Amino acid sequence: MTHTKIASPKQDILYMAILSAVVLTMPIWLQPFGAAYPDLMQKFMIFGIFAIGYNILFGLTGYLSFGHAAFLGVGSYTAVWSFKLLSMNVIPALIFGTVLSGLFALAIGFVSLRRSGIYFSILTLAFAQMSYNLAYSVLTPITNGETGLQLTQGDARVLDRMAGIQADASLPTPNLFGIEGIGYSGFYICAALMLISFFIYLRIFRSPFGLKLRAIKSNQNRMGYTGYNTRPYLMTAFVISGMYAGLAGSLLAVTDPLAGAERMQWTASGEVVLITILGGVGTLIGPLLGAGIIKYFENILSAFNDSVLQNAFSFLPDWLAHGLASVLGLFVGDGWHLTLGLVFMLIVIFLPGGIMEGISRLWRLVSSSASSTDDKEKEQPSTKEA
Amino acid sequence: MSDTKKILNVSRRTVLKGSAATTGAAIIGGTFPMHFIKDAHAQTFRGDPGNSSSVKLGFNVPQSGPYADEGADELRAYQLAVKHLNGEGDGGMMNTIKPLNLKGNGILGKKVEFVTGDTQTKSDAARASAKRMIEKDNVAMITGGSSSGVAVAVQGLCQEMGVIFMAGLTHSNDTTGKDKKRYGFRHFFNAYMSGQAIAPVLLDEYGAERRAYHLTADYTWGWTQEESIKAATENIGWETVNTVRTPVGAGDFSQYITPVLNSGADVLILNHYGKDMVNSLTQAVQFGLRDKQVNGKNFEIVVPLYSRLMAQGAGDAAKGILGTTNWHWSLQDEGSQAFVKSFGQEYGFPPSQAAHTCYVQTLLYANACEMAGTFAPWEVIKQLEGFEFDGAGNGPTLYRAADHQCFKDVLVVRGKQNPQSNFDLLEVVKEVPRSQVEYPADMFGGELGPYKV
Repeated sequence: MTHTKIASPKQDILYMAILSAVVLTMPIWLQPFGAAYPDLMQKFMIFGIFAIGYNILFGLTGYLSFGHAAFLGVGSYTAVWSFKLLSMNVIPALIFGTVLSGLFALAIGFVSLRRSGIYFSILTLAFAQMSYNLAYSVLTPITNGETGLQLTQGDARVLDRMAGIQADASLPTPNLFGIEGIGYSGFYICAALMLISFFIYLRIFRSPFGLKLRAIKSNQNRMGYTGYNTRPYLMTAFVISGMYAGLAGSLLAVTDPLAGAERMQWTASGEVVLITILGGVGTLIGPLLGAGIIKYFENILSAFNDSVLQNAFSFLPDWLAHGLASVLGLFVGDGWHLTLGLVFMLIVIFLPGGIMEGISRLWRLVSSSASSTDDKEKEQPSTKEA
Repeated sequence: MSDTKKILNVSRRTVLKGSAATTGAAIIGGTFPMHFIKDAHAQTFRGDPGNSSSVKLGFNVPQSGPYADEGADELRAYQLAVKHLNGEGDGGMMNTIKPLNLKGNGILGKKVEFVTGDTQTKSDAARASAKRMIEKDNVAMITGGSSSGVAVAVQGLCQEMGVIFMAGLTHSNDTTGKDKKRYGFRHFFNAYMSGQAIAPVLLDEYGAERRAYHLTADYTWGWTQEESIKAATENIGWETVNTVRTPVGAGDFSQYITPVLNSGADVLILNHYGKDMVNSLTQAVQFGLRDKQVNGKNFEIVVPLYSRLMAQGAGDAAKGILGTTNWHWSLQDEGSQAFVKSFGQEYGFPPSQAAHTCYVQTLLYANACEMAGTFAPWEVIKQLEGFEFDGAGNGPTLYRAADHQCFKDVLVVRGKQNPQSNFDLLEVVKEVPRSQVEYPADMFGGELGPYKV
């Protein structure tokens, strides 16, 4: 908290421009990593939105919520119902998904935010687990239980019918006035929304409101003594991050119109905590990096099997290739969690500030070895506790 | 409140600027990388191996979750099928299925390769994994799965994407009923067939004066199986006392079993599968249900969908329990023997019914490509529709064109009292002929959808 630099709007525009360029050229530069296929890139964007929203709560106020997957799930179910009842256009789905998650966050936040610290975490965890069980077995008429809520040929789609859009023999796909939600176009829809969300998030970080949230993190009592009632600020932050999760959830439904209860399970809530810590809590860009890394691990490493490894080492002598493949085989395929766990441990032990701390350390190393003391503005993890 | 205003004040101008910049970037970026999509114009269908010397198949099986045992066995069967297709090993059923156009040189001269994925027995994860196979690995066909929920979800995706889905173990009526798809095919039998096959045996063994209590896995498979078994048993005069839904992967079923004791029922029907069935059956036996006398009769437990892997898990509790299965390794026909022999040589133990159906599905797909002379899915579909074959273990079999369901003999089995080995756990009570389990194609509704998507 010693050096909270308030960047000028101009720098923020530059920041956004660079981020946009990096994100929108992903189909090109992800090619060598084997990750340049639409589904995974969509996941990068969607979980990026989820994580930055989560960072508004956890990163700024320090309130560790273990129940954010509930909002993700509510967003997904709402979006699919919007496809079923109203229209295959993504706009109503996104709006309803985000708003309903916001209302849901308001209700859960109203109760949970009466406590702080571990009690808050447990309350949110309990609410999320309740939502999961409701979706899984109690509310099956609404959620279709374990099978998952899916589109059918006979759905009402009132607005589409009124607009005279005829359903043909195959199932309709979610679209933005004709731009399909699947494939590369789906990725660009997600990317555009991620960039808009990121911009709002950037503004929140820079705003006096953001500063107050940081003040809550650093010392909530002192904040109270100076005459601020902290509850409304916390509540706003909680609802905003719930809406981000809802937006991410509805985007999941846009790119693949199916909503399953497992999206609300506590493992999914834990994942976003992991993403944020891995990337760097309270840093601007950290959660995006974390989301990218975890989704990459989940999708690419889990797909490696022994024969892929054998092929990769085929240039080595047979016995060595076999040995290497069988050892590395433990860490890929269904063992990818093991790799993730190791990486997570290494980062938490050696870089408590996440990947962003690693990057800023590298940056300092480079700039000091260049012995030039130019004070070029570099985004620092500014709210990190020492 | 004044603070909310301030946020808005701060951002209004910059929001405008920023969003203009973002949209600009999005438009530029949005059109630009389109040139980098591989073969954007040449590709007429997904999964086309083109001029490459190999073709990829996607094996999407549960490697974790309640059906992981079945998934592991499915993967073994797929790897064996790939070997046989590429002309390695002893060929297995390649020598017994008639008619078969496969030559042991891959499919259409292309070597068969495969990618694997973990469905986690979750619709979400299964679809993500299938999408990766389609978008990244360019697979010509996806197969696998050990849950009907997953099968229905992945089948829907494959229809949208235009890639053929050869379902693995899925027993719900919906897979080829309400949710049937032009691009989805099922070799496995379904809940309706189980009901038709087991009802006469139940009548013989337990009589017509019975009161049944259902515990049902709460998803598409459980629902349709409960419906089918209920209909079939009420047909032979049984009364249904109650039907209770239990969450998948519940682990502890005691809270569901206790009420059975006081319900006045004398038969418990467990519409569970995998580890769920192992748990519920073991607990039901531990609660002493089978030692009870109700209404002057011995209390009985029935497991409509049975498998050797489950009998292995349930141990002594499975002894004497009746159920149905798609296939069993002890069958004496030529096709089953050939498959059991090559599977045994490879892995050292006999295959499960899940392995059998997955193996057969892979060969049938390969054969259909060979017959069509192309990998174009709409041509391959036409070859599979109405395909009649024999020598795959269940007698003469038909892939019905109207709903993509295979029709073949169904086995009624019972847990052996004195098993000879760890694998010899089930005895075949009756091989129910195909004619007894057939039903009209439009019975469950649903639409197949178009050939080209």
